[in-house]
Amino acid sequence: MKHFYFKKNRVAFIGLLIIIFFIFIAIMSIFWTPFDPLEMNFKEILQAPCFKTRHFMGTDQFGRDILSRIIYGSRISLSVSFSATFIAATFGVLMGIWAGFLGGIYDNCIMRINDILFSFPSLLLGIFIMAVLGENIYNVIIAIGIVYIPQFARISRAAILAIKNLEFVEAASAIGGTRNRILFKHLLPNIIPCLIVQTSLCLSLGILLESSLSFLGLGVQPPFPSWGNMLGDARRFFIIAPWSAIFPGLTIVLIVVGFNLLGDGLRDILDPRLKNVR
Amino acid sequence: MYNYILKRFISLILVLLGVSILIFFMIRLVPGSALELYLGTQVEVTPEQMEELKIIFGEDKPVLVLYGEWLFRILRGDFGCSLRTSRPVLSDIISRLPLTLELTIFALSFSVIIGLPLGILSSRKQNPFMDLVIRITGLLGLSIPQFFLAILFVLFFSSFEGWIPMGVYIPLFKNPMLSLKMLFFPSLALGGGLAAVIMRFTRNSILEVFQMDYIRTARSKGVSEKIILIKHVLKNALLPVITVLGFNAGYLMGGAVVIEEVFALPGMGRLVLYAIYQRDYPLLQGIVLIIAAFFVLINLFTDILYVYIDPRIRYG
Repeated sequence: MKHFYFKKNRVAFIGLLIIIFFIFIAIMSIFWTPFDPLEMNFKEILQAPCFKTRHFMGTDQFGRDILSRIIYGSRISLSVSFSATFIAATFGVLMGIWAGFLGGIYDNCIMRINDILFSFPSLLLGIFIMAVLGENIYNVIIAIGIVYIPQFARISRAAILAIKNLEFVEAASAIGGTRNRILFKHLLPNIIPCLIVQTSLCLSLGILLESSLSFLGLGVQPPFPSWGNMLGDARRFFIIAPWSAIFPGLTIVLIVVGFNLLGDGLRDILDPRLKNVR
Repeated sequence: MYNYILKRFISLILVLLGVSILIFFMIRLVPGSALELYLGTQVEVTPEQMEELKIIFGEDKPVLVLYGEWLFRILRGDFGCSLRTSRPVLSDIISRLPLTLELTIFALSFSVIIGLPLGILSSRKQNPFMDLVIRITGLLGLSIPQFFLAILFVLFFSSFEGWIPMGVYIPLFKNPMLSLKMLFFPSLALGGGLAAVIMRFTRNSILEVFQMDYIRTARSKGVSEKIILIKHVLKNALLPVITVLGFNAGYLMGGAVVIEEVFALPGMGRLVLYAIYQRDYPLLQGIVLIIAAFFVLINLFTDILYVYIDPRIRYG
């Protein structure tokens, strides 16, 4: 079924290919990178990209191979983004469906907490949480997770509200289905499509937020490379060594394009409202 | 209408109260006290010294009392003093505010000037090649991180350095041309992503309106395509765009942090980073609170504006 859809929707397919490519690179980085991404080599500082030296993307200010660091960084950036999205989706969806399903005072309490989280610009909230928790990779995951909880909560709440008064829910409760059973067996599967779209959006936002935080020095800490902190390091050198900024930046653009294409395509497939518009 | 505004205003105050609680308690409850945030990890202090420090910084009371006092002082406009410079936090923030506001407003204007016409153009599908180019540009604009766009601008236009004064702020009213010149690239980098969002949104919105029955009616009574687009479609299609704009205006204030850092502009964003790097928690909580307040106010304003311009929407 899925295969058939993806064939029809070329945009989503290209996006999926890009993401699979990066996941493959991230897994590969565990076993092999062209050079050691962490080892400094002061004989080869800020070398331009060159086929002879086999530094295809040049070297950074410590003589480390940029291509290797991008490959190694893909593991870090992807795992941060995926774990953060997992946190945001789990908590957000649980909060949202409970709020939507129970209504009343629960709904009010849960959604007001979300309103508070929602009243910060996402980057600022991320910065603030990182400043309080301290800078390390696990806190980046927690911070990004918290930042994107409200979006999941709002979307799943709205989706539950839209279907919770339909007849099949009534039928399920008439034959004696418990509250949890109705919520998780009958309602949750029905809102999965819009959650999938939101997840793919959140993955790309997660990568952007991680790279912004790392760029400011509040995210993944050196010597470990993430695409964001590579750009942050390159800030002082990029006038004389533009490659040290351009390649990590292009990598971020490419993977976010992948997620956006996938998200757009998935929206067309799963949310047919806009289909005839195209 | 007034009822609705009043209701929203009350909920706004509650949300701001919640925001202040979140800011205050997060700084104090997670790993240790605010003082630990101030001291950092390098300094070892004995418990006795800690007690002394608490008394010096006025942190020796129960947290709830501290919060009450803090809130009360803020309501009187006293945000406390910076731990590093001893200057009042509020005056520091106010002196940095104009730049960030100007940057945000310019970025917002750029995104509309670029995004809206492109969106309208792309929705007309008159030229498939143009449409493709516009859509790919839109996708790239959506996917490029603001700081990377900023770095690219600096890289390609660094020869303008004599032309653009960098690292200083010239207020708009003092020298409008120079101010605009200086903020041109920063606001373009800040607003680029939003331009793409607006473009895509405008395009979809217009395509959706073109499906409506009243457009068919207009066509069948012989109204020209141009008039349909201007009088019938745009009027309806641009309403949701306003919401998107208002909602994103607040996000631009957050994005300003990175842009100001790249272009070395002395605005609010760099003050946040300064507060974090210097472990200056009164400054940090003050500035985060003020940006959040702006964010919430902009959202409220958008909602009210939306009700005002779209007579179909009536909230109790």
